[in-house]
Amino acid sequence: MFRIFEFIGAHIRPFLEEFGRMVLLLLNTFKWLIRPPLDIRNIMKQILEVGVRSTPVVLITAVFTGMVLALQSYTGFKRFNAEAMMGTVVALSMTRELGPVLTGLIVAGRAGSAMAAELGTMRVTEQIDALYTMATNPVKYLIVPRFLAGILMLPALTILADIIGIIGGYFVGVVILDTNPTVYISRTKDYLVLSDIYNGLIKSSFFGMAISLISCYKGFYTEGGAEGVGKATTGAVVISSMTILISDYFLSAWLYG
Amino acid sequence: MIRVIDLYKSFNSKKVLQGVDLEVKKGESMVVIGGSGSGKSVLIKHIIGILTPDSGKVVIDDVDITSLEEGELNEIRKKFGMLFQGAALFDSLSVWENVGFGLRQHRGMKDNEIRAIASEKLGMVGLAGIENLMPSDLSGGMRKRVGLARAIAMDPEILLYDEPTTGIDPIMADVINDLIIEMREKLKVTSIAITHDMVSAYKIADRIAMLYMGKIVSVGTPEEIKNSDNAIVKQFITGSAIGPITV
Repeated sequence: MFRIFEFIGAHIRPFLEEFGRMVLLLLNTFKWLIRPPLDIRNIMKQILEVGVRSTPVVLITAVFTGMVLALQSYTGFKRFNAEAMMGTVVALSMTRELGPVLTGLIVAGRAGSAMAAELGTMRVTEQIDALYTMATNPVKYLIVPRFLAGILMLPALTILADIIGIIGGYFVGVVILDTNPTVYISRTKDYLVLSDIYNGLIKSSFFGMAISLISCYKGFYTEGGAEGVGKATTGAVVISSMTILISDYFLSAWLYG
Repeated sequence: MIRVIDLYKSFNSKKVLQGVDLEVKKGESMVVIGGSGSGKSVLIKHIIGILTPDSGKVVIDDVDITSLEEGELNEIRKKFGMLFQGAALFDSLSVWENVGFGLRQHRGMKDNEIRAIASEKLGMVGLAGIENLMPSDLSGGMRKRVGLARAIAMDPEILLYDEPTTGIDPIMADVINDLIIEMREKLKVTSIAITHDMVSAYKIADRIAMLYMGKIVSVGTPEEIKNSDNAIVKQFITGSAIGPITV
């Protein structure tokens, strides 16, 4: 009987420990975030890295997602003569779900992995220790800019993904499947409300925060040389992606509930 | 002056430091020798406050740094410069930005002022003209010298060297040794180096301390260490596999 508790404890304790350290890092990040001065140079560098450099991948993903949504919803709705609703389906799916979630997953894979690898390398090559010796707090110098970039850039990328996805849907619906453009646009406009968009942006901002925090955490506490950096990077992407998908359900239930 | 008093530190169940006492006088060059895993790096990281001890004190100019808040500790750290084993240059910054890192963070200088000081410090380590290279473009010996230029950029009172000659060829090692001596003479700094390279230790030390099993087992001038009767010291400096130190 005790064996069972031991077994459960042995598996839950490390998880709780890690979660606790992550929460501490989050609090520490907030502490340094509100303490001036903000390091504008570094923040811009991370905005470039997380936002600008992710844009092409996000756009390509969004346009094809919008296109396939139009294609599939056309096929499905045609069976009961509702293909005019195609525009609505594309717009709602993109703004409420796919825009934020796909952007989050892409940024987790692209920028999250880079954050974990960079911070992990800095840890194992003593660059983080070097920051301490030069009287510079590494949370302030390394994590705060990445954290801000995540929170700010995810919604920005999501807006782009929403727009491009809807354009991709329009292209397939109107140009390839030859439906009426006026109907497509009116069905998009009539059923899409502002809260669809901004609730999506709230979700994406949360995803941005989660990606930055998890990836920075994984990198910052890397142990064990090159192998450790590899593990940290993998862990960052896996945990960020899982967090996005799981929290998406609960955030959706709460925001749209 | 630096005093380490009865310092204890364990990681999980591994006892690394078990009552280290060490005193380094102002302007003195102290070299701590000891085998791999003897806790030399852990000791030096306590001296600059990156690690906090389980018990014991580290006193820098009459201030016990083990009980300080981060803000106060950072003021003390500005007295220090540290050269890391692998130089620990910031990969994302160019050579001059690395050297001028502290100046930008703490003195709020403009780029051209930082560049001027970085060039001067690079000149002191014999690397004028490489300001715009990235750390990845440099050889091991060059990285160490850039690391040294960064360590002296803020005109520190104390320089710490973590294995300054490890991982580079013997000639470059001697260049680094000469630079360490030059820094002490020109800048009048107190320095602490940790190493297992006895050639380097004899050359740069005013005094040598041997760390073994978490304690300082012997302290003396290079001459005294050479002629030591202590069996542990004897075995270490002659590099023999036979003796009280077992691996």
